[in-house]
Amino acid sequence: MVASRENRNNPGRIPALGLRVLGLIFISILLMYFDNRNNHLDTVRKSINAAMYPLRVIVDAPARLWGWIGASTTSRGDLELELGRLKSERLLTNARLQKLNALEAENARLRALLEARSKVRDQVRVAEIMAVDANPFDHSLVIDAGTREGVFDGQALVDADGVVGQVIKAGLMTSRAMLISDTDHALPVEVNRNGLRTIVVGTGTIDSLSLPFIVNNADIRVGDLLVTSGLGGAFPSGYPVAVVDSVTRIPQEPYADVTARPSASLGEVREVMLIFSGDAPPVEEGGDE
Amino acid sequence: MNRDRASRRLPIIMSLLVGLMLTMLPLPNAITAFRPDWLALLVIFWAMQLPRTWSVGSAWIIGIILDVSQGTLLGQHALALCVVAYVTVRFHLLMRVFPLPQLTATVLSMLALYQFLLFWINGVAGVNAPAVTYWGPVLSGTLLWPVVMMFLSGMRYRTQSGH
Repeated sequence: MVASRENRNNPGRIPALGLRVLGLIFISILLMYFDNRNNHLDTVRKSINAAMYPLRVIVDAPARLWGWIGASTTSRGDLELELGRLKSERLLTNARLQKLNALEAENARLRALLEARSKVRDQVRVAEIMAVDANPFDHSLVIDAGTREGVFDGQALVDADGVVGQVIKAGLMTSRAMLISDTDHALPVEVNRNGLRTIVVGTGTIDSLSLPFIVNNADIRVGDLLVTSGLGGAFPSGYPVAVVDSVTRIPQEPYADVTARPSASLGEVREVMLIFSGDAPPVEEGGDE
Repeated sequence: MNRDRASRRLPIIMSLLVGLMLTMLPLPNAITAFRPDWLALLVIFWAMQLPRTWSVGSAWIIGIILDVSQGTLLGQHALALCVVAYVTVRFHLLMRVFPLPQLTATVLSMLALYQFLLFWINGVAGVNAPAVTYWGPVLSGTLLWPVVMMFLSGMRYRTQSGH
């Protein structure tokens, strides 16, 4: 059947193929040019993205189902064990929280004395990471909240242990976020012990960050906690980012070779908190004010 | 008539949707760099089998969808897939009579071309990624090609799709 069809119009010849492919290559280059320069094509991207939402949900479904089955078939013993653990954990956290409240009040008073702007508590909203693998060329992920929920480009993402990343493309219902381990990501931090300010850069490996701008005689040690300094403007200050895990000082080089391990478990994080701080658009749900 | 054609295209569209879902499926971190380019494999197969219906235009549209789903530069995968489809359609009569090892070698070079275009565009746009993200998919895609091809051929002759 195929053969008879092709005998009729000169086998193997597809009309105007070269012309079409040249035209399409031209359009692609034009698209990429405009996409890279500025966000002219945001609406196009957003509408195709919204159309793909059902597909994302379908791909996400097996993982969700698996989680649900796991949750609903846990044995009673396991649950009791977990409950006990959570209770003791809650006791500990509560005790710490009592102290925190007092400290916070004291901090506000002292800051008022110094006439410094008081640090407001940040409002947060929980978003779930969709089990959808993202771009192969960078470290990014897709979360299930978008501009509908007030998500904006550049918004900070943290989990229970530390900073995860920031939103790079806020869509209507889903958004893409870049992890701090991406090679294009740099984050202003300070050493919690002594306030030494520096920048943490992603390495492209999920469990390692690098600090390329530490001078050889700087006071930094293995085990130092790095927290956000809030200087870049994107991240509120004081969130843990990473723990220094190696410091190599090479005498003839101007900078020491310092690497750190992210506090947040970037590889297996499932839920993240979006931070709405200070001048950011407010939200109704979540938050603690 | 029209309806008939649409129903014959349905299996192909379904295969592309499944390909897109496989592309988005989460994998463990260790093997995520070796995720094969499912859509490139599908485009090569369908462009080889039905070059009149599935050629550069459809490949371009699939590429745009892929770009949006992966958050890459809009037009990057579109351009690469479009060129791959062009080469396939250009040599489709030859490729159909190739024995499987030779065809697999051809697919290897196509996938390499595809990744090279992505790499090139990334270079121009200033995106840097570890080298394994480029050659990993070529390797796994080539290894999977015989399986994909057998599966799709079986599906095609069972459902009489295409034309």
